[in-house]
Amino acid sequence: MRTTSLRIDRARCIGAGMCALTAPEVFDQDPDDGRVLLLHAEPPTVHRAAAQMAAGVRPSGAITLHEPESTGS
Amino acid sequence: MSESLHTVTTLPATRQSDCPFDPPAELIDARRHGPISRYTHPGGIPGWLITGYDLVRSVLADSRFSSRKDLLNVVDFEIPPAPPGEFLLMDDPEHRRYRKPLMGKFTVRRMRLLTERIEQVTADRLDAMEKAGPPTDLVTAFAKPIPTIVICEILGVPYEDRGSFQQQIDTFMGGEVSDEELIAAYTATQEYLAQLVAAKRANPTDDVLSELTDSDLTDEELKGISLVLLAAGFDTTANMLALGTFALLQNPAQLAALRADPALTDGAVEELLRYLSVAKTFMRTALEDVELGGQTIKAGTTVVLSYHTANRDPERFADPHVLDLRRQEAGGHLAFSHGIHQCLGQQLARIEMRVAFRALVDRFPTLRLAVPAEEVALRPETADIFGVKSLPVTWDKAES
Repeated sequence: MRTTSLRIDRARCIGAGMCALTAPEVFDQDPDDGRVLLLHAEPPTVHRAAAQMAAGVRPSGAITLHEPESTGS
Repeated sequence: MSESLHTVTTLPATRQSDCPFDPPAELIDARRHGPISRYTHPGGIPGWLITGYDLVRSVLADSRFSSRKDLLNVVDFEIPPAPPGEFLLMDDPEHRRYRKPLMGKFTVRRMRLLTERIEQVTADRLDAMEKAGPPTDLVTAFAKPIPTIVICEILGVPYEDRGSFQQQIDTFMGGEVSDEELIAAYTATQEYLAQLVAAKRANPTDDVLSELTDSDLTDEELKGISLVLLAAGFDTTANMLALGTFALLQNPAQLAALRADPALTDGAVEELLRYLSVAKTFMRTALEDVELGGQTIKAGTTVVLSYHTANRDPERFADPHVLDLRRQEAGGHLAFSHGIHQCLGQQLARIEMRVAFRALVDRFPTLRLAVPAEEVALRPETADIFGVKSLPVTWDKAES
């Protein structure tokens, strides 16, 4: 099975909103403190590319992406 | 690298007049030699200049590099620490203590809720331009008032105070006044903000500053935070709007594409951010010896990070000096920085630019410069934020 899974570290998050901007189906921001909320730890295929892009642009390292080999990114 | 290390002695004072949107030739040349160059700070103090995308990004993400103002090793005298609340020039945990209560106030969702209001502010400016008729200075008629009104509303600056307030901030952000004038404008702004914070604490209204009086931050700290939000909140966006319009007018095929296709707007904003990088350079100081690009940055040495050349790095962006609103990879730009200091207000800036550029190109299909391009007055490179001082534009009347 090839599943992309995401992990967030809210303590590192700086609330820049890059994830919620890039992949709104996968990430949101807590309305009180602005920090990342993970809506899908294992995003469905249609949202996977956006989730990968969000993990790539995140500024403070609060999002990590775990992918089985050869998914590419 | 076998070639000898490239050396840049001072940051150039001006750009090539034939292409005001490109970084100064010396900086492009430095990047061509490699992502890191030796550099001499103004006080004759040795440092480094980083011009490559990957290296700039890695320094910004590296906690061994400090943002602290008092650690800057660029002049031969001591620099005091950042005043309370000016968290751009602090490291964690101090930086985080200030940023944390602000993070929930600038989220993607909360900023989107402002879209309608920003559309109204923009339409009001366009109506005023149309009523007054061409020609006009786009900076004073459009680019400055929109972000000024918006950030003043977010913070809760009363309407009647906005004009004088913008004037003061212009003075100390413009990079062109004497030290005395600069200090006077800075002091006046500080005094005004101190009064504003006290007023919000006494009589909270529906705005971010009033909300923040409910935190553990002192009045002195709130004053510093307000100054950061105001200065960062309109000078940057104002310069992006004016310089961005200038860049679009100088690239008519791109402007026509944007006008024809509203779906291009969001990508156009990202590409303009990349291409123009109005916040050109920032600095970091090494807290310990760090290996970087094959060089050792000694502890205590300050590096200059050129966001503009990083955003024009051919190893990251194909044909980097071309403005291409359809560019797919523009979203990876460093115009809002990277790492823990990445712009808090970037989602607000994006919406302001999306709304304002869209409305401007829709309203004036024949918008054009009212003077030859080489006569458009540019801010000096010494200004923290690059831009045009004024942008004379005209259009055919009785259209729209």
